[in-house]
Amino acid sequence: MALKIVKGSIDRMFDKNLQDLVRGIRNHKEDEAKYISTCIDEIKQELKQDNIAVKANAVCKLTYLQMLGYDVSWAAFNIVEVMSSSKFTYKRIGYLAASQCFHESTDVIMLTTNQIRKDLSSPNQYDTGVALTGLSCFVTPDLARDLANDIMTLMSHTKPYIRKKAVLIMYKVFLKYPESLRPAFPRLKEKLEDPDPGVQSAAVNVICELARRNPKNYLSLAPLFFKLMTSSTNNWVLIKIIKLFGALTPLEPRLGKKLIEPLTNLIHSTSAMSLLYECVNTVIAVLISLSSGMPNHSASIQLCVQKLRILIEDSDQNLKYLGLLAMSKILKTHPKSVQSHKDLILQCLDDKDESIRLRALDLLYGMVSKKNLMEIVKKLMLHVDKAEGTTYRDELLTKIIDICSQSNYQYITNFEWYISILVELTRLEGTRHGHLIASQMLDVAIRVKAIRAFAVAQMATLLDNAHLLTGNMQRNGICEVSYAAAWICGEFSEHLENPMQTLEAMLRPKVATLPGHIQAVYVQNAAKLFATVLKSQEGNTDSTAAQETSQLMIERLPLFVQSANLEVQERASCILQLVKYIQKLQQKDVEVAEEVSALFAGELNPVAPKAQKKVPVPEGLDLDAWINEPPSESESEDEQPKAIFTKEETKHSRPRHIEVDEKELARRREARKQEQANNPFYIKASPSSQKVYQDTPGVEHIPVVQIDLSVPLKVPGLPMSDQYVKLEEERRQKERAEKKKKEKKKRKEKRSGRGKKHDSGPESEEDITPAHMVDIVTEEMPENALPSDDDDKDPNDPHKALDIDLDNLGEMAGRRPLADSEKLPVRSHRAVEAAKSPGEDGDAETVATQQPKKKSGKDKRDDKKKDKDKERKKSKDEKKKKKHKHEEKEEDLLRGEVHEPVVQSEGISQVAELPTSTSAEVSDLDFWLSNAPVPSNTQEAATVAAAEAPVAEVVSGAAQDSEPDEPKDTEMEETKSSKHKKKKQKKEKEEKEKKKKKRHHHHHRHSDGGGEESVQNGTVEEEEPLPSMSNYCLLAENSYIKMVYDIQGNLQDGSQVVVSVIFENKCDSFLKSMEFNVLDSLNSKLQRPEGSGPHDGLTVPFQLPPGVSNEARFVFTVQSIVMPQKLKGTLTFIVKNEESSTHEKLDFKLHFTCTSYLITTPCYSDAYAKLLESGDLKGSSLKLEGVNMPFHHLLARICFHHHFSVVERIDSCSSMYSRSIQGHHVCLLVKSSGQTVSIDAKCDEPTMLGNVLDEIKQTFSQC
Amino acid sequence: MIKAILIFNNHGKPRLIRFYQYFTEDMQQQIIRETFHLVSKRDDNVCNFLEGGSLIGGSDYKLIYRHYATLYFVFCVDSSESELGILDLIQVFVETLDKCFENVCELDLIFHMDKVHYILQEVVMGGMVLETNMNEIVAQVEVQNRMEKSEGGLSAAPARAVSAVKNMNLPEIPRNINIGDINIKVPSLSPF
Repeated sequence: MALKIVKGSIDRMFDKNLQDLVRGIRNHKEDEAKYISTCIDEIKQELKQDNIAVKANAVCKLTYLQMLGYDVSWAAFNIVEVMSSSKFTYKRIGYLAASQCFHESTDVIMLTTNQIRKDLSSPNQYDTGVALTGLSCFVTPDLARDLANDIMTLMSHTKPYIRKKAVLIMYKVFLKYPESLRPAFPRLKEKLEDPDPGVQSAAVNVICELARRNPKNYLSLAPLFFKLMTSSTNNWVLIKIIKLFGALTPLEPRLGKKLIEPLTNLIHSTSAMSLLYECVNTVIAVLISLSSGMPNHSASIQLCVQKLRILIEDSDQNLKYLGLLAMSKILKTHPKSVQSHKDLILQCLDDKDESIRLRALDLLYGMVSKKNLMEIVKKLMLHVDKAEGTTYRDELLTKIIDICSQSNYQYITNFEWYISILVELTRLEGTRHGHLIASQMLDVAIRVKAIRAFAVAQMATLLDNAHLLTGNMQRNGICEVSYAAAWICGEFSEHLENPMQTLEAMLRPKVATLPGHIQAVYVQNAAKLFATVLKSQEGNTDSTAAQETSQLMIERLPLFVQSANLEVQERASCILQLVKYIQKLQQKDVEVAEEVSALFAGELNPVAPKAQKKVPVPEGLDLDAWINEPPSESESEDEQPKAIFTKEETKHSRPRHIEVDEKELARRREARKQEQANNPFYIKASPSSQKVYQDTPGVEHIPVVQIDLSVPLKVPGLPMSDQYVKLEEERRQKERAEKKKKEKKKRKEKRSGRGKKHDSGPESEEDITPAHMVDIVTEEMPENALPSDDDDKDPNDPHKALDIDLDNLGEMAGRRPLADSEKLPVRSHRAVEAAKSPGEDGDAETVATQQPKKKSGKDKRDDKKKDKDKERKKSKDEKKKKKHKHEEKEEDLLRGEVHEPVVQSEGISQVAELPTSTSAEVSDLDFWLSNAPVPSNTQEAATVAAAEAPVAEVVSGAAQDSEPDEPKDTEMEETKSSKHKKKKQKKEKEEKEKKKKKRHHHHHRHSDGGGEESVQNGTVEEEEPLPSMSNYCLLAENSYIKMVYDIQGNLQDGSQVVVSVIFENKCDSFLKSMEFNVLDSLNSKLQRPEGSGPHDGLTVPFQLPPGVSNEARFVFTVQSIVMPQKLKGTLTFIVKNEESSTHEKLDFKLHFTCTSYLITTPCYSDAYAKLLESGDLKGSSLKLEGVNMPFHHLLARICFHHHFSVVERIDSCSSMYSRSIQGHHVCLLVKSSGQTVSIDAKCDEPTMLGNVLDEIKQTFSQC
Repeated sequence: MIKAILIFNNHGKPRLIRFYQYFTEDMQQQIIRETFHLVSKRDDNVCNFLEGGSLIGGSDYKLIYRHYATLYFVFCVDSSESELGILDLIQVFVETLDKCFENVCELDLIFHMDKVHYILQEVVMGGMVLETNMNEIVAQVEVQNRMEKSEGGLSAAPARAVSAVKNMNLPEIPRNINIGDINIKVPSLSPF
């Protein structure tokens, strides 16, 4: 016992570490809370000690307790103390605790600013790292503002470990302090090309996050990302970039076109499922953004769908899930491609995994058509019966209703079937969606007039049987259905077969157990029914029946009069009195039926949910004007309304709003909208799914329903939807037969009903006409209702603040350079004085370097460092490429002369560049995006180049040190064919690196610049736009179909080429069952799916409606590629029109040129020189006479048709390079003089070279 | 962005929580409970994605989790993250833990929550993926651990604490009193 006491006191007093604490908690399972509270007391004791180790230990334990849900914010100050320890071990503990429990409203955070700044500039990179990590979790707007500059400096830290952390944390800084985005962006962008992959990945990550929220500001980065995408091998980076492109494509369809090819290649080549999936996703986004009807893209869709199918069929549930998810995106724009996989998706409905079932359900939504709706819903109904767990069953139920009711019941051909489905759904136990079924019943009954009789009959049965269900109805939401049933029976009582019976059912005592609002409907509709019954009974001579009805009412209604529900009570007593009065009249033999039914005369029209909101404000009415004089606060404010008011008083008859002109009104409306948007308490209408705007409201405009019932409406007992499925089948068959007959007689069948509805369905669906021509009554809308755009952004979204134009930063200096006010705040002296922790040398130094930025420029020469800093800040835009180190080395050299020229050049560039940069920038992106192999906007680019050139000259002349900046180079380069683009960029990079090496040597730079200018000038000359070119050549053609083809080598596989064939339907008939077959040779073989014979044809994976073209790809394996080849082949297809279908065939010859085995491959000039020097290549030459085209056209042609790329070009002489799929190098030296072009060629395979040259010759002989 | 990283065991006991957005402690516990509820009822052979709990995120967010032996690793991410990528990341994280702890098991996470945090900090920072290369992560963690050792580490703390206690005029007490029997069997996490 004594021992226990001792132990207890030990436990309390002894200083535990984290492990002891955990152990202790585990040993006190029964009284954990009590134990922990004693521990917390201990910790409090420990925190009071001076020893930092003890404190750190205590804080460490608190972090653990925080995880268990204990609020430890009371120790925030101690955490700060531990953070400021000089030992890494404790510092780390402090920052960890801070990152776990600090947040914006933690007040001690403001004490940390200086500590964090000190840690950020610590010589130990791990101190910095820990501080960055911690800060990323608790950064506040104040911290972000104060530390932005320090973090930005860290982005250029020598250690990649720090750089990547600094880059990542910038995103958090931007979020908290949006003003930092513009000044920091150039450096962030620079990090995209950091040599360290981790830093690069971090930069991509941050820009992707930024761009996701405000994509339009980052469009101009697309070329850079494109380059990264084609060069990076890091899947993480690729995934991020590809995701980013997915966000960018909706804004710029041309980007999408450019992306399709590399993405398709990635899809084919990657083995990483995650990358494949993201590629497919982005291709889908691209396809969505592109306008449909582009024939080539259906091949991409096919590819996506095909890949997704593979994912869905995979045994890995994750892939299955993602496949379905992506499929649903395709579904929105290309439902047909998905529909063909219906089997697979229905199969997924049976999956054991609920997530997958739900995804499959989502897909079903878009897959229904008039044809298969019944079948799909039938299948779903089976699932409803089988489903375990109410959540999934409820989901099924809502999906069934969604599917059926989508686009204004577009796919429902038989509403009787739908009503019976709804009735069947009411038998579900435990569903929460009774109200949903009810509202569907009401909606259908009200809007589909033809169905009312049937609906009423069904509802009457439902009411009749309600007593069987009420027991469990009460508990679950299904009783809502009786609300609809009662209302329908009452409102459309004229359709009732036996109103008396229904009336009785509605007045059963059991009804009193239903919820109040339903009882109220029962009572009210009982009255309606009563009116109907009276009417039918008064026609008879026997008046006793009518009196018995009244008697029934009088007997049953008192039950409701006693109801606790006010509404029920009120209605019941009102109606009871009415009936009593009627009974009196009846006893006097007075006919009352007319009067009673007059109570409920008139029809109710459906009103659109938004109608109220859409009522336009009448001309001149100002809802904002005061009705009465506003309470006077000050005289001046009063004046305006007073004037209005007095005027109104003088002429009462005229509306006072006349003085308010249109403009003012618009302005006020705008202001009001704004106010509403900003008012969190303003309840916004939820967007409704149905967007039907009708201009002609009113009963008289609702089209009259034509009823043409070919199906018996009366089905005894509760309906079975299956019956209707069968009946519908029969009806359709009959209809089809009739239609055929009619068509044979060549009588044009006049289609009544709404053409619009038919247009939307696919062709084959037009055969199905709805069972009865049902006009769905559209919902009423007020006159002049305007489609409103309610998609207000959430004003609290932190990313909204980051919607900052960044285009004019970095590359394009000028348009809106960073203003002084935009520069990141740096510490001033005052901040140092305020700093509590005194005298850090490093700190003081940074202060010194940053301080001059705030000063005006007068003391420039005072300090080296100041100059350096100033220079960097001021010409930030142009000189990002400069590295700190270089500057330091150069300092002595530059000291005397540099800063002045720099300032000068800056001035010049600002003046000179201002007007050009805007267009330059636009054309830059435009140019990059123009997918044509040859620049279509050379003109534009050239003008830009021309405009830029002098600037470049001036700049380089004035300040030898400041090189013409990088983007200009890019532009120059880009005036050339985009095919060269990749290579050019690499070359350019190379040049850049060279330049960096040579930086000290001004002479070198000079000559460098001179060389560049000559290129520029060369480009400026060539302004003529190139003719459009296509590599597709005719394969075969007849009166039905035309085929053109192109052959591309496959980079991944040296023995494969891909033949893309575009099939174009030229006739008015439908082409289907196309089969593509080629007679293989020994050398070239068509790749056929496994299991098929060597002579089997390949089915073309699509059909062609009239006038449509589509592309299919076929893979061939080739062995030797040195000789051109011809393969004979046949296309067989079925031509189907309304009357007949015929089998046709078309022979063709596929010409595999040697050119088609070449792949455009970039080559650096030094590698090229080495290649030529190696002496492995054998030469050959060719002379072309009478070539009448500019040299750049000539080059473009060779590049485009023969898959070469330009290595170097000087005036009218150019070296070119290409590589075959089997790795043969082909080098060309093209010289042009007058009309003669000579081509010297070298290749390691002479036969191939000869053939390629022949083909080049042929190309030019044709033009 | 990653919004939260939760590690809890088969009974829902949290082993590590890391929120990249502020929630009160009560809310955090509620989220853990809800997430555990969602995740624990799923078979091991169903997919690893869950559309968000109501508490955290919204329609844009997904729960991506992996279940290793006795532990669930749950990441709550938004749509800017690749689902399969995050699954890979969890794998990288767990493999890193395995390397750092040498055959990691639940006990390691229980007693060294701080170390697990430090490792996680090298993988994810402020909700964004920092590093995916395991060797790099392990290298950085090890350098930092060496630094801690050279400083004497936190293990030096108890010694000092004891001396502090001594100064408080308390009788000296042997360090290891009853540790108690830790008789939980935790299968190794190593077989992936």
